[in-house]
Amino acid sequence: MSGELSSSTPDSTPGSPPSAGAASGPVPPPVPGRRERAVDVLVVGAGPAGLALSSRLAASGISVEVVDREDEPGGVPRHCLHSGFGLRDLRRPLTGPAYARHWADTAVRAGAVLRTGVTVTGWGDGPPADPPAVDVTSPAGLERITARSVVLATGARERPRGARLVPGTRPAGVFTTGELQRTVHLHHRPVGRRAVVVGAESVSYSAVRTLRDAGVEVVAMVTELPYHQASPATALDARLRHGVPLLVGARVSELVGRGRVSGVALRQLDGRATTVACDTVVFTGDWIPDHELARRGGITLDRASRGPSVDGSFRTDRAGVFAVGNLLHAVEPASTAAREGLLAAEPVLRRLAGGPCPSAWIPVQVEEPLLWVAPSRLDPADPRVATGGFVLRTEGRLGPWSSLVVRRDGRVLHRQRLVRGAVPGRTVRLSAAWTAKVRAGMTAAVRDPDGGPVRISVER
Amino acid sequence: MTVTMSGPLPDEVYDVVVVGAGVVGTAIARELARYPLRTALVEASGDVGDGTSKANTAILHTGFDAVPGSLEARLVREGRDRLAAYAEECGIPVEPIGALLVAWDEEQLAALPALARKAARNGYRRTRTVAADELRGREPHLGSGASGALEVPGESIICPWTTTLAYATQAVRSGVDLHLNCPVTGVSESSARSPRLLTTGRGTLRARWLVNAAGLYADEFDRLLGHTDFSVTPRRGQLIVFDKLARALVSHILLPVPTALGKGVLVSPTVYGNVMLGPTAEDLDDKRATGSTAEGLAFLREKGRRIVPELLDEEVTAVYAGLRAATEHDDYAIRSHPEQRYVTVGGIRSTGLTASMAIAAHVVELLTEAGAKVGTARDLLPVTMPNLGEAYPRPYQRADLIGADPEYGAIVCHCERVSRGEIRDALAADIPPSSPEGLRRRTRALGGRCQGFYCGAAVRALLDASGADAWSSSRTEAAR
Ligand SMILES: Cc1cc2nc3c(=O)[nH]c(=O)nc-3n(C[C@H](O)[C@H](O)[C@H](O)COP(=O)(O)OP(=O)(O)OC[C@H]3O[C@@H](n4cnc5c(N)ncnc54)[C@H](O)[C@@H]3O)c2cc1C
Ligand SMILES: Cc1cc2nc3c(=O)[nH]c(=O)nc-3n(C[C@H](O)[C@H](O)[C@H](O)COP(=O)(O)OP(=O)(O)OC[C@H]3O[C@@H](n4cnc5c(N)ncnc54)[C@H](O)[C@@H]3O)c2cc1C
Repeated sequence: MSGELSSSTPDSTPGSPPSAGAASGPVPPPVPGRRERAVDVLVVGAGPAGLALSSRLAASGISVEVVDREDEPGGVPRHCLHSGFGLRDLRRPLTGPAYARHWADTAVRAGAVLRTGVTVTGWGDGPPADPPAVDVTSPAGLERITARSVVLATGARERPRGARLVPGTRPAGVFTTGELQRTVHLHHRPVGRRAVVVGAESVSYSAVRTLRDAGVEVVAMVTELPYHQASPATALDARLRHGVPLLVGARVSELVGRGRVSGVALRQLDGRATTVACDTVVFTGDWIPDHELARRGGITLDRASRGPSVDGSFRTDRAGVFAVGNLLHAVEPASTAAREGLLAAEPVLRRLAGGPCPSAWIPVQVEEPLLWVAPSRLDPADPRVATGGFVLRTEGRLGPWSSLVVRRDGRVLHRQRLVRGAVPGRTVRLSAAWTAKVRAGMTAAVRDPDGGPVRISVER
Repeated sequence: MTVTMSGPLPDEVYDVVVVGAGVVGTAIARELARYPLRTALVEASGDVGDGTSKANTAILHTGFDAVPGSLEARLVREGRDRLAAYAEECGIPVEPIGALLVAWDEEQLAALPALARKAARNGYRRTRTVAADELRGREPHLGSGASGALEVPGESIICPWTTTLAYATQAVRSGVDLHLNCPVTGVSESSARSPRLLTTGRGTLRARWLVNAAGLYADEFDRLLGHTDFSVTPRRGQLIVFDKLARALVSHILLPVPTALGKGVLVSPTVYGNVMLGPTAEDLDDKRATGSTAEGLAFLREKGRRIVPELLDEEVTAVYAGLRAATEHDDYAIRSHPEQRYVTVGGIRSTGLTASMAIAAHVVELLTEAGAKVGTARDLLPVTMPNLGEAYPRPYQRADLIGADPEYGAIVCHCERVSRGEIRDALAADIPPSSPEGLRRRTRALGGRCQGFYCGAAVRALLDASGADAWSSSRTEAAR
C-alpha cells in the first residue's frame, strides 16, 4: 500500500510554478514528467519525531506535508511489538505499533498531509537554495517540492556486521535488531534456532525478547564492556528468568560458517578465545544517524555524533533546514523524539514568520571520555535550547558524583553532578540553564561571538 | 530456452559442454552460441558468476602492465576492446574514469618511465606523466607525499555481475542449455566414435567436445583427464567497500606502483557509486577461504590511510574477499588437447573479467584447430540488461518508466534505491536468482549501507513469494 493517507491530495498541476505560500526565488525549469510543487513545510520521515512536529504545525494552520519512504507511517516503533511506549509522553502503556498509530492519527487529524511510499532522493540541483527544494520518487512519479522550510526526521539505524569490520565468512543468518524485528513482527518469517546477541544495551534486550517471541534460543549475549548497559531490572530478568548468559569483556573476532552461520569466535580481553555454536547472530546497537540526505544537502554534521549539527532551535547551518529526532542523537527513546518534534514547531513557525537566520554559532564540544553532545552549537543571539537540555554519551563509565563541567575560554559556566554516574550507550543529560550566559550583550568575557567554543568535560 | 536447477539432465549428445559458469565459462558459451552447435554450460553452484567472478576489483584493464608478449597480454588487450563495445550494446555499466599510478617516493617516481615503456610494448601508448601539483589538483584528497603519477586514461570500471549475466542470458536465449547445481565429478574416456560421458551431481551428460572453465578448480578437473601441467594456488584478495558518501573523495582508479610483490592495494570508485579499497594478495591452500581476516582488514586500512586519509573516516558498507586462480606459470594456462577433444582454460588469474570475450574467441579457435566442425558464425540477437550503474539513469530517476509502470517508483531497498519493479523483473528473468545474494547481484537490493536493517525482511519475502527455490526444470518445457 502506498500513497496519501490523508483525505487531501497534494495540490499541484504538472509543471506549474510553486503555488501561493511559497517563498519567492528562481523556479527551476520543469523536467519532463516531473511535477513541481510547493508547500510551507516539508517533513522528511514519518517516525515519532516527524509526525509529532507535523501535528503541531498543522494545528497552527500551516500547510505541512510529511513523507515517508516506507509503506506505513510510524518509523521504528512499528516493529517494536513490546509495550512500554507512551508511558512517558502519553501517560499510558502502548505497544510500538499503537504508539506509531497514535502519532500518525494525530498528525492527520490536525490536517497534515501524510504520504507514504514516498522517498526523498536528494536536493534540487545547483548550490544550496533558499527556500530549499527536494526531489522525491513515489509510484505516482517524480516531484520536486519547494518548501519554505524542510525538516529532516530520518532517524537512525544500527551498524551492520560489515561496518563493524567483523572478519570471517559472509553467511546467512546475520541480522541487526531492526532487520530481526521486521522479519519476525512485520513479515512473520522464521529466523533460526540458536542465536548469539552482540551487545548488551537496552536494544539488545529488545532483540532477546524478539528472538524469544520467534522461538529462538539465545545462547549468549556478548559485550566488549565489563558490564551490561541496560536497566538493572531488564538485565536481571533476562539472566535469571530466561537464563540468557551474558559474556562480558568479549569481542566477536570472527563469524564462521558456509551458507549459514555456524558460530561466532570470541576473544576475551585477557586473550582467551572460544567459539560459540549458533545459527543466528544479531548485531545490536552501534548506532549511526541516517544522515545521507543531510550530508548531500551540504549540511554540516557533528563529527562525533554524525548527525546534523543543530542549535537549540533545531536549526542546521543551511537556511530553512531543520533536523529532529534520532537523526540528531542515535538513539534516544521514542518519547524523546516525539517531544522534540513538538518543541521544534515553534522555531519552524518563527522561520516562516520571517525570523532571522543566524550567521554565526558558538560550537559546543565535549572532551574525553565524553563522545558527543546534541545540540552541538548555540545561536549567540538566541541561545535557548528548546528541550531545556543537552543529551550526551560517554565512552567510559563515570562514577557516581562525577561532574559535568561547562567552560568557555577557560571560564566555568556551569557544573552539574551526575549523582548516579553514567555508562556507555546510555543517555547522559545536561541542563541548558546556563546557555543564557553566552548571549550576545552579556559580560564582555563571555559575549564575544569570536570567542572559543563551549567545552564540556568530566570531573571525577 | 533451457535453464535447469534440478532434476534429470537431457538425454542428448551435446556438441560442446563447457564446465564452469563464471565470467570465462559464460563468455565461452556465448561465443559458441554463435555457431550451429548444441552447447551445454554446466555449473556446480545454483547461479552463474558465483565464484571468483562475483568478487573482484571490477576494473576493465587496458593491459598496460601485462607481461609483454604473453598470451594474457594479448587477450587482455583484445578482450578490453571487445567488452567495452559489448557493454555499450547491452547496457553493462562502464565508467571510463582512467587510472593514476601514484608514486609515493623518489624510487617509485623513478620507476614510472619504465612502466610507460612497458605499456607501449603492450600496445598502449596513451600513458602520460603527471607532476605532483597537477596530481593534487585532480585528486585533492590524496594523502601527503604523493610525488607524481603515471596516467593511464583507458582504464575503466565495470559491473562484473551484469557482464556475466549478460553473457549467460544471451547464450541461453540463443540456444545454449544451462544446467545449474550440476557439479561435474567424473569424466569417461572418449573416442572418435562415441561421445564422452560426464558424471555430474544430477546424472550423466554426453559431450563430443569438452571445455574446462572451472576457475579455481581447473587444475583438479584437468587431473580427471590426466593432465598435471599446472596447479592452482588460490591467492586471496580482501576488499573493503566504503559508503557512497565517500565517492566524492576519489575521481580516478588510484593504482600503486607495482612491486615485485604484486600489484598492491588500490583505491577505486565502483560503478555503484561506492569506493573500494583493496585487494590483499595472500597465497593460501584452501580454495574455499573467501573469508576476511582481522590482519587483512588492518593491512588495508593502513594502506588506505596513506592513499586517501579521509576515506577512513567514512562508513564501511561491506567487506568481501575473492580468490585469484594463480598458478606456477606467469601467464594464463590455456591448453588444447586435440586427441582428447578437450580444451583447458586455466590460470585466469587477475584479469579474467577483462579478457573474457577474447578468451572465448581464442577457445573457439582452438576447438576449430583441433578439428571441431563448428560451422558458420551468426550474429546473436542483442540483449539489454537492467542498469545497475550510477552513471546512467536508474529506474527511480525515470519519470517515463514510472509513468508507464508505477512499480518502478516503489522503492524497496532504500540505500540502493531499488524498486519493486526491478526486483520483480529479476525474479522473472531468463536466469533468475536462487538466493538473496543472487538477487543482489542482479538489482543491488540488500547491497547498501544498512545491509538489510530496513529492507532485508521485505526483500527476502519477495524472493520467497516468487518461489525462486522451487523454481526448476519444469520451466524448461514450458519455455521451449
Ligand atoms: C531496533 C530498535 C529498537 C528500539 N526500541 C525502542 C524501545 O523499545 N522503546 C523506545 O522508546 N525506543 C526504542 N527505539 C528508539 C525509537 O524507536 C526511536 O527513538 C524513534 O523511533 C525515533 O523516532 P524518529 O522519528 O527520530 O526516527 P524513526 O522512527 O527512525 O523514523 C524515521 C523515518 O524516516 C523515514 N525516512 C528516512 N529517510 C527517508 C527519506 N529519504 N525519505 C523518506 N522517508 C525517510 C524512515 O522510513 C523512517 O520511517 C528503538 C530503536 C530501534 C532502531
Ligand atoms: C581480488 C580479485 C580482484 C580481481 N580484479 C580483477 C579486475 O579488476 N579486472 C579483471 O579483469 N579481473 C579481475 N580479477 C580476476 C577475475 O575475477 C577472474 O579472472 C575471473 O573471475 C575468473 O573467472 P572464471 O570464470 O575463470 O572463474 P570463476 O568465476 O571462479 O568460475 C568458475 C566456475 O566453475 C565452477 N566449477 C568449478 N568446478 C566445477 C565442476 N567440477 N563442475 C561444475 N562447475 C564447476 C565454479 O563453481 C565457478 O562458478 C580479480 C580477481 C580477484 C580474486
